[in-house]
Formats: sequence, structure tokens, C-alpha cells
Amino acid sequence: MKNNKSRIITVSMLLIGVLFLSAGILRGENIIIFEKAINICLECIGIG
Amino acid sequence: MAKNGNDKSRHIIQFIWTLITNAYLIGFIRGKIYQGKIKNICVPGLNCYSCPGAAASCPIGALQAVIGSYEYKFSFYIAGFFIIIGTLMGRFVCGYLCPFGLFQDILNKIPLKIKINTFRFDRALRYLKYIVLIVFVVIMPLLITDIIGQGFPWFCKIICPAGTLEGGLPLVILNDSLKSAVGLLYGWKCFILILLIVFSVIIYRPFCKYVCPLGAIYSLFNPISVFKYQIDKDKCVECKKCASVCKMGCNPTVNPNSLECIRCGKCKSVCPKDAIECVSFNKRKTN
Repeated sequence: MKNNKSRIITVSMLLIGVLFLSAGILRGENIIIFEKAINICLECIGIG
Repeated sequence: MAKNGNDKSRHIIQFIWTLITNAYLIGFIRGKIYQGKIKNICVPGLNCYSCPGAAASCPIGALQAVIGSYEYKFSFYIAGFFIIIGTLMGRFVCGYLCPFGLFQDILNKIPLKIKINTFRFDRALRYLKYIVLIVFVVIMPLLITDIIGQGFPWFCKIICPAGTLEGGLPLVILNDSLKSAVGLLYGWKCFILILLIVFSVIIYRPFCKYVCPLGAIYSLFNPISVFKYQIDKDKCVECKKCASVCKMGCNPTVNPNSLECIRCGKCKSVCPKDAIECVSFNKRKTN
């Protein structure tokens, strides 16, 4: 019973993760990340 | 013997993964970063996207980029990424798939008489990484914004030693224009990196234990992740060898899925009765 509950939680979490990820892509969040990542991040390297 | 063998194979996996995630090696010669489409996706570990070799994005940098943008104040993309990776692996990522974890592992192998396993405020300091996550990765990029509503990646800006090591040092060495822009902030970040290097020689993975916001996120998934440890109580003789060998300060017999466990497998390899098992989902046990 405990094992089944644990499996349900794990599978539900994976489904939520996929839904969130898809929602993020639909909103174009990956574009923001891409634009940040292809330019040198001055804050990250300690200059900006 | 088994312990060394386990450590060696783990380091090989860590090294190969570091190479894969930093496969744009020509960047280290040109002093430029990769600008291809793969940067749309994140790597599971802490790997600065301004590292000349980085082939993909850092999830902590990406999270701050989205919530610090004027368009969105919550990132479904990164939240989904953390939920999927965390649910599948938990802090296995820290033990096997983090380049900065490998860096600290190597530093801790430097033979030195002073090696500290634990100290008075060790346990209390473990909570610091959750504070770093909430304050520097979430609240500050959300609330401290410029005139058009854009926040800064405060964790990257004033703390992250991975960014200094992987991005700051090689880019400043290879670019004269960046070299001329170096100032106080760069000095501060180099100081943090030096401090971390010194502490890493003495203490095992100080950044992962006390500071890393990514480890803080994945730690929350350890109890529910697909990849887990399980103790066979019938086999366990309570010899406590597993607890004494754990450099993260875990006791697998009390909690095999502790928030601090990075799944390095040391406990598993020293167990004389093979009582610690890796399981995918919880195995049904018979009494």
C-alpha cells in the first residue's frame, strides 16, 4: 500500500514536470534562456 | 578495495559528463562561448553558460534569467525541469553529473593532515543552502529590478564560484577587452573561489553542503526520487561502517534517502552484508 502510494506520488510528479516544461516552452521561456546563454553573462563572470 | 573501485568509476563518469557538457572545446582557444541551439536546454548540474566550453545552459542561471525578466515572474520551464530531473534522480546529479562537484572531489583528494569531517555548526550550516536559494536565486532577482523591471542574477553576480572558475577566469585570460573591465566585483568573486578551494581541500564538498542552491532543490526530491537507496533490515548488522565512511555526514541505516545524500555509493561499497540496495521505485519487501 505504502509502495503504491509512493509510486503514485513519483509518477504524478513526473507528469507535473512534463506539463510545466511544456507550458514553459509554449510561453517561450526557453527563448529568454537561450538569449541569455548565447551572450557572455557579465554578472556570472564577475564583471557586470 | 571496493571503495576505491567505486570512487574511481564515479570519477570517470563525472569526468566524461563534464567533457560532454563542455564539449565546445574550441571556445577555450578562441575565448568565445558556444552560441548554438543546444543552449535552449539546461544541463542537470551546475555548469556556467558563460564557460567557453559550455554546450548547454546552467539551470540556476536560467531560473534567474526567467524570473528576472520583465515578462515572467515564474518559470514553468525550469520548475518542470527541476521536477523531472529531481524526481528521476534526486541528488544523484550532485554525485555524478555536476562538474563543480567533480572539481571539489579532486581538491579533497589533495593529501593534507587537516581533514575535517564535521564541526560544531556543521548541521546548522546545512540549512544555509536553502536560504541562499530563497534569497539570492528567487527573492532578489524578483524584487530588486531596474527601471524596466528586469532583475539581476544575484547568485551568479555575487556568489557563484563555478561561474568564476568556468567562465570568469578563462574569458578574462583570453579577452583583452574583458581584462580591461575587471574590477572590485571580479576580485570579490575570485576571493570566494580561492576560499572555496582552500575549504574544499580540508572539508569534503563545502559548496555542495552549505551553499549550492541546485543541491538544495534536488535534495528535496531525494525521498521521492525514482532512484533510491533501501536498507535490507534482515541483512543489516548495524556495524555503522556506512555512516562512518559517508563524507556527507549521512547515516544510511537511519535514513537511506537523506536530503544530504549525493548517492556517491561509498556506503554501499563498504557494507559487509550488501544490505544497501539501489532501487527504482520502492521494492515490495516480504517479511
